[in-house]
Amino acid sequence: MKRITQLVFTSCLFLSVQFASAQDWVHTGSNLGNAKIRLAAADFQPLGADPGTPALKATFDSTLYADLQNAGIFDMVSKTMAPQATPGSQQEISLPQWSAAPASAEMVAFGSLNANNGRLIVSGWLDDTRNTASPQVLGKQYNETATQDMARTVAHRFADEIIARLGGGINGIAETQIYFVSSRTGSKEIWAMDYDGQNQHQITHLGSVSLSPRISPDGNRVAFASLDRSGWAVRMYSLELGRMVSFPAGAGGGTNQSPAWTSDGTKIAFSSSRSGDPEIWVADANGGNLHKLTAFRGPDVSPTWNPRTNSQISWVSGRTGLPQVYIMDQDGANIQRLTDGGYAISPSWAPNGALLTFSWNRKYGPGAPGGQDIYVMDIASKRWLQLTHDAGSNDFPSWAPDGRHIVFERQVGGHTQIWSMLADGTEQHQLTHVGNNFMPNWSWK
Amino acid sequence: MTAPGNEFFRFTGQACAARLDHSAFADDCCIPVRTHKEKNKRAQKQQLKCSVDCISALKSPQKELDLKQFNRILVPVVLFASVITFAGCHKKKAAPPLPPTAPPAASPAPTAQITATPSTVAAGDQVQLTWRTTDATSISIDGIGDVPSSGVKSVTPTTSTSYHLVARGEGGTADATARVTVNSAPAVVVPTNTMSSEEEFRANVQDIFYDYDAADIRPDAQATLSKDASYLASHPDIKVVIGGYCDERGSNEYNIGLGQNRADAAKSALVTAGVASNRIRTISYGKEKPFCSESTEECWQQNRRGGFSIDR
Repeated sequence: MKRITQLVFTSCLFLSVQFASAQDWVHTGSNLGNAKIRLAAADFQPLGADPGTPALKATFDSTLYADLQNAGIFDMVSKTMAPQATPGSQQEISLPQWSAAPASAEMVAFGSLNANNGRLIVSGWLDDTRNTASPQVLGKQYNETATQDMARTVAHRFADEIIARLGGGINGIAETQIYFVSSRTGSKEIWAMDYDGQNQHQITHLGSVSLSPRISPDGNRVAFASLDRSGWAVRMYSLELGRMVSFPAGAGGGTNQSPAWTSDGTKIAFSSSRSGDPEIWVADANGGNLHKLTAFRGPDVSPTWNPRTNSQISWVSGRTGLPQVYIMDQDGANIQRLTDGGYAISPSWAPNGALLTFSWNRKYGPGAPGGQDIYVMDIASKRWLQLTHDAGSNDFPSWAPDGRHIVFERQVGGHTQIWSMLADGTEQHQLTHVGNNFMPNWSWK
Repeated sequence: MTAPGNEFFRFTGQACAARLDHSAFADDCCIPVRTHKEKNKRAQKQQLKCSVDCISALKSPQKELDLKQFNRILVPVVLFASVITFAGCHKKKAAPPLPPTAPPAASPAPTAQITATPSTVAAGDQVQLTWRTTDATSISIDGIGDVPSSGVKSVTPTTSTSYHLVARGEGGTADATARVTVNSAPAVVVPTNTMSSEEEFRANVQDIFYDYDAADIRPDAQATLSKDASYLASHPDIKVVIGGYCDERGSNEYNIGLGQNRADAAKSALVTAGVASNRIRTISYGKEKPFCSESTEECWQQNRRGGFSIDR
């Protein structure tokens, strides 16, 4: 018995070491590797006697907590372990109360909330509990209309301030949007929602099949592919103007689809079959300077730019048979194949330029076991890590601008929903629940 | 034979009339007269008739009752007389003035008239028949059946038709005809035929199927395409749109590309078989328009398809 126990113990140790090292490069690449800061978020103090205050405060408190927890960089003090105090100002807070067990918080966020005369006024602070001399890390005040939507928005803003200050200078994602496809109205249309699944709303009303939404870096236009009688065209919707705007390069006969913006918003790469076989083409954002990059047999689709340099494109090619993920320079040179088999699709290039996420079925073919899962790969070394396991068919991953989160679609049974997770595969959360939802795209800011 | 003249006229007029009450052949023997003009014409015709029929009937009472024998003579004569009377009454003008006829003591003779509006139509258009009869107990229109003594009816003739109205009464028989001319449809595709031409297309231009992740034309698909090409060659006016479809697996985006390749491959094969390239359009549906939704090999094969339909 002793020998078996020893054997089990050593193999467990060995495996955990292996597992840890497999995660390390992902953590490093996605800024999840730093030690997590133990952060407490106090319920804010209600001010004034307005009857609308409690409901707004409840929304604010829960949204702030969720945003900080979702960030992936904090070890949040659970509400049950936190002091029940609701300090509304620097004078009111007792820092030792928060740094003592069981809270043991290193940082504490607190403040006051007042809904008066239709205005929502929030004052918030972030304090370092161990710096009693000058604890304040940041202090913010917000004044908005007193609505549920603004209670959420203010919480998102305050959370992002905290995340930016404590998260190594990388902006938080609490105010970002996710654009996606929903068929809940009967036809596939482009929709948008907050990063946490709130505020889902319809953008296009084309009554056709619209796919592959890609928001522009400035957040003003959504490029997408839409089917009409003559085929597929890359089309453009202006959120600013609330209507479709023209993208002349997007319709050239045949299939034109899967648009991708450079991170400076100047160029769009997309797939077009106007010359016969679907190839990767590039045009300026206004449609000019249209030119073809690839010339391979088999479909060439799903381009994504390296957002750090805008000098490389990753895409999917069927030139060897089953689709594989490749990268090339933005002039079409230096083609490199990244995947060594299976069925690989839907690449998304990480904000830091070093990692790629995509969907891969490594054992593809009739009768072969295997599932469609989200993977992340270090481009330089081609090391990869499988992020989803034994849970549906997963596709269309998209990086969040903080490089720490990935949003993707998951099909289970006949239903497809949108999920988010950290870039190491942990903290998987379902964002959509109504109808069927596909092809998410995370905004740039 | 006595020469046509008053003698016969006398028979036809009062003599015949006197016999009307007793003769079984009353309505065959004497045709009622309507107008003064017609009186004159019919008098001549009646002369002809009566000289053959009524006189022999008067002379041979038995024969008068012999229905069969007289029917053999009378029916064709009546038909002949009615045709020439009504057909000819418009043309013949010069007629001797009719001596006053005693009003028949029996029922008045029926009258019949029928019109068709419009009288010239295209196939499928409606025509309104309007008819009016008097003193008739049995009214019918050939091809329609029994109708009321007067009325209006819509008909939709597919070819040129004569609507023949027959009104029978105690006083005799009257008939009238309205003719409708139907112009044939123009030489372009007839709308009423689209259902059957669609079905015919589907039966003769069949879809082809592909292997997974492939756009090449399999041998079985090539055989189907040859037949499709033959049908298209013999129906040069038909234009075709080829849809490329994929099964549910894999990326929406990759499948739209693959669907395009499938549709293009099918088009190439048809062009090689002689179908003009400008008659064929291709479109990819990727996996967006599946034919079935089960996650089985059979359903996946059903969805990996090049689908043909008429390009309108």
